[in-house]
Amino acid sequence: MKASNAVWKERLRGQLPPQLAEEIDTFETEIELRSQDKADEKVFAETRLRRGVYGQRYDNGQRHDGTQSRDLPFADKVTKGPHTMWDAPGMQRIKIPYGGLNPEQLELLAELAEEYSDGIAHVTTRQDIQLHFIHIEDTPALMRRLAAVGITTREACGNSVRNVTGCPYMGVCPDEPFDATPYANALTQFLLGHPDAQNFGRKFKPSVSGCEQHACGLAQMHDLGLVARVRTLDGQEQRGFKVVVGGGLGAVPRQAKVFDEFMPPEEILPVAQAIARIFGRHGEKKMRSRARLKFLIEKMGMEEFKTAVLEERAKLPEDPRWTDFVRDIENHEEQPLKPPGELPPLNGNARLNQWIKTNLRDQRQPGYVVATIALPLGDLTADQLRALADIARQFTRGTVRTTVEQNFVLRWVSKYDVPALYQALDAAGLSEPGASNLLDIVACPGTDTCKLGISSSRGLAAELRQRLAAKGVELDQALQDLHVKISGCFNSCGQHHAADIGFYGVSRTVQGFKVPHFQVVLGGQWEENAGSYGLPIVAIPSKRIPRALDLITDYYLRERQADERFPKFVGRIGKAKIRAVLDDLTKDAPAHEDEPDFYADWGDPRQYSIGDIGKGECAGEVVTQYEFETTAAERIVFEAQIHLEEGNASQAAKDAYRAMIKSAKALVQLQYDDVTEEDPDEVIDEFKERYYDTEVFHDPYAGPKFAHYLFAAHEKAGQNYDAESAHHLIEESLLFIEAVHSCYNRIRSAGLSEAGAS
Amino acid sequence: MDFQHFNVKIFVEGELTVDLQRFIEVFHSWVAEQSMDEMMIDIADYRHVPAGPGVLMVGLEADYSIDHNRSRFGLRYNRKAPLEGNNQDRLRQAYQAAASACTRLEAEFAELKFSRRELEVFVNDRALAPNTEEARDQLRTEIDTFVRDQLGQADCEAQFNADPRQLLGAVVTLSNVPEADLERPLVLA
Ligand code: SF4
Repeated sequence: MKASNAVWKERLRGQLPPQLAEEIDTFETEIELRSQDKADEKVFAETRLRRGVYGQRYDNGQRHDGTQSRDLPFADKVTKGPHTMWDAPGMQRIKIPYGGLNPEQLELLAELAEEYSDGIAHVTTRQDIQLHFIHIEDTPALMRRLAAVGITTREACGNSVRNVTGCPYMGVCPDEPFDATPYANALTQFLLGHPDAQNFGRKFKPSVSGCEQHACGLAQMHDLGLVARVRTLDGQEQRGFKVVVGGGLGAVPRQAKVFDEFMPPEEILPVAQAIARIFGRHGEKKMRSRARLKFLIEKMGMEEFKTAVLEERAKLPEDPRWTDFVRDIENHEEQPLKPPGELPPLNGNARLNQWIKTNLRDQRQPGYVVATIALPLGDLTADQLRALADIARQFTRGTVRTTVEQNFVLRWVSKYDVPALYQALDAAGLSEPGASNLLDIVACPGTDTCKLGISSSRGLAAELRQRLAAKGVELDQALQDLHVKISGCFNSCGQHHAADIGFYGVSRTVQGFKVPHFQVVLGGQWEENAGSYGLPIVAIPSKRIPRALDLITDYYLRERQADERFPKFVGRIGKAKIRAVLDDLTKDAPAHEDEPDFYADWGDPRQYSIGDIGKGECAGEVVTQYEFETTAAERIVFEAQIHLEEGNASQAAKDAYRAMIKSAKALVQLQYDDVTEEDPDEVIDEFKERYYDTEVFHDPYAGPKFAHYLFAAHEKAGQNYDAESAHHLIEESLLFIEAVHSCYNRIRSAGLSEAGAS
Repeated sequence: MDFQHFNVKIFVEGELTVDLQRFIEVFHSWVAEQSMDEMMIDIADYRHVPAGPGVLMVGLEADYSIDHNRSRFGLRYNRKAPLEGNNQDRLRQAYQAAASACTRLEAEFAELKFSRRELEVFVNDRALAPNTEEARDQLRTEIDTFVRDQLGQADCEAQFNADPRQLLGAVVTLSNVPEADLERPLVLA
């Protein structure tokens, strides 16, 4: 744990957006409570996940050393979640909406990578940044520093609305009808922490894309995908979005289905809200493997789902945010730093020419290009982040975005500056050519850090990169255009389904030993927003995958028809023939004593084992809205006690009262969603009508007593409290929260419906 | 100024000729044996990152790595958990930990030698140790004292990176090291 955590808290006091500051203070208290075993393990696990604080491999305290599984001697403390040691370092996921970052944020990420992590920032396939090996006690300081530059980690993991990804070329792409960035931004802000998006059985991933034909936004593989469109109505051009829903990868991949061919911008937010409500209300909660939106749509059928959503939409209380953002939106445009230019003569620099060919893309604004900074396996160092910040300032107005291919793009580079930009990137080790082509292999964390990893996706990716880089420009252009993506298991975080050639990790037993393998996945399509998914054709031992790639690509070069793209080739030739080409690789495994390396994974000398696979946290813990709200109420009443100890009776009383309102609201929400604690009168009225007048809240022994505590506290809200009366109020608050729990338990055991009663 | 989280990187003498894969193997065995003073958890392989952390053995209280930052190989010790004592105590602890690891690696690989002349010292905490003129002066004093009292050398040159965005730290070159001292054990008595 860092010695400076308290210093950051003090230093940044008053400098953070108030809501973020409060959320982080709250999380810090939750950490404290859990460390004292005063908060439930399961609720805390989901709480930290919703702050982006994720587990890592070996955090259950077990590690296989190649011969046996050994205990890692973590101290005997409370856990951070089921089977998760308190002291075990974990991963911090940092949400980067549509990948947009500025130089100040890049510099801060560099500081965090150095001070809290291992000096590396990792770009994910959903445009987030991840830092690994983080200690939980350091996370509030880290979050405060992020908040100071306008970044939140809220809802980066867990059963929540995840990062809103977006095409990194939005605003500059020649193929888009308009810049969808401000719409993506509005969706991000609207859904972040939205009360209607807190009760999911699984995660919910949105994406915004500028066009249909390219893959940059991957709308088809998202729970909610928006694709920019224009239509002409009464001679007027109108902006809007094609809306698709229910896409997803994972073990059971689904293409998203069309919800609406054209939705006007004013409807995007309320419909997203209505979808969240329907998903929260009807989505599967118990069986996590069936809890994504895609399964709900399958169960209901698209028509019924759509009807339910539109009916819900009609019932929503009006919210000015639905339309406020649209005003003036058409004038939104990023500005360049430099005037447009022409590419100067290049003097035969072959590497620069190659880089220009693969890493530059014309903007729709003449004289400007987007430059892609290809990162090996999505990793870059703190020094590289700082260099990128400098470069972004030197050549642009700091317009940087991350991509789903784990790279950065720098937008608005004047063509005139291209050679100078290349030089600056080269000096920082950021001038790798081959962006978005065969060399630019995407890989999930796999067995390096992921608890669910089966095979080393990053190890394999590093090996393939090295081999392909050695072949370099000799590679046929048809091969250079291929996309290779690797996942460490079937969960598909490496997006292997949408690759020309995908791999995902599996394990097989060979001669009595476990051997890491990869399934070879063919038939996927990266274009058209990942328009079709591939299927596995055969599992090959991990150490033979480089050979498998050679065989597939050689076969493609030999047999393809003129200009035939790879997906078409696979469709024409058929998977059976390609499988036959690979058949030999599945046979004649060497004896263990002759070739022990065959029985180990890439970059890892240990005899391979699957003993380290743990329980994943991708899905989080299913914790109901009720549990969240009442846990928060308990935390608030705990904070009230601290205030009282510190002599602040007035704040103590306020918090004790707030905790009562919050827990009453939790009960009300079992029947009625649209209640907010910002309006305590409404909470009281609804509580009274639904639970007091009906006597549902009445305690079998004490009768309505605890409800009277609430009403009395409400009556006195805003009045002065001294230490003694604040103390009494805290006691009553605690008793009221207990009564709320008892009431909830009675409702559950009586089998009454929790939601949707009205 | 109270310095916590000292990092010490002892540079490899000359070119690194040992394949990084072999460090991965050795680090794995150290994790399996739990043979460091701190608890070790896993290995992170960053060989693909240019001028990056190289091969890293991640621990609970500290990390060890064959680090390639700024394109120079060295054994780096990164103290993560705070320590009691004064700045000299903490600097000595970080140096000793790095030196012990270097000594073990030298025993492992005959072709590997770590420098007795050059190391890098920095403080991995910007709140406690911002890279300011004042902090640089104080770290310089700490380094001078350490070199004199612990390494037994009269002079050294500490080259600081004054970019305020960088961590407070310096590359330390011991001046006029006698020939005999170039073979001295790295670990302090
Ligand atoms: S695909 Fe599997 S191994 Fe890779 S990050 Fe996802 S869950 Fe982990």
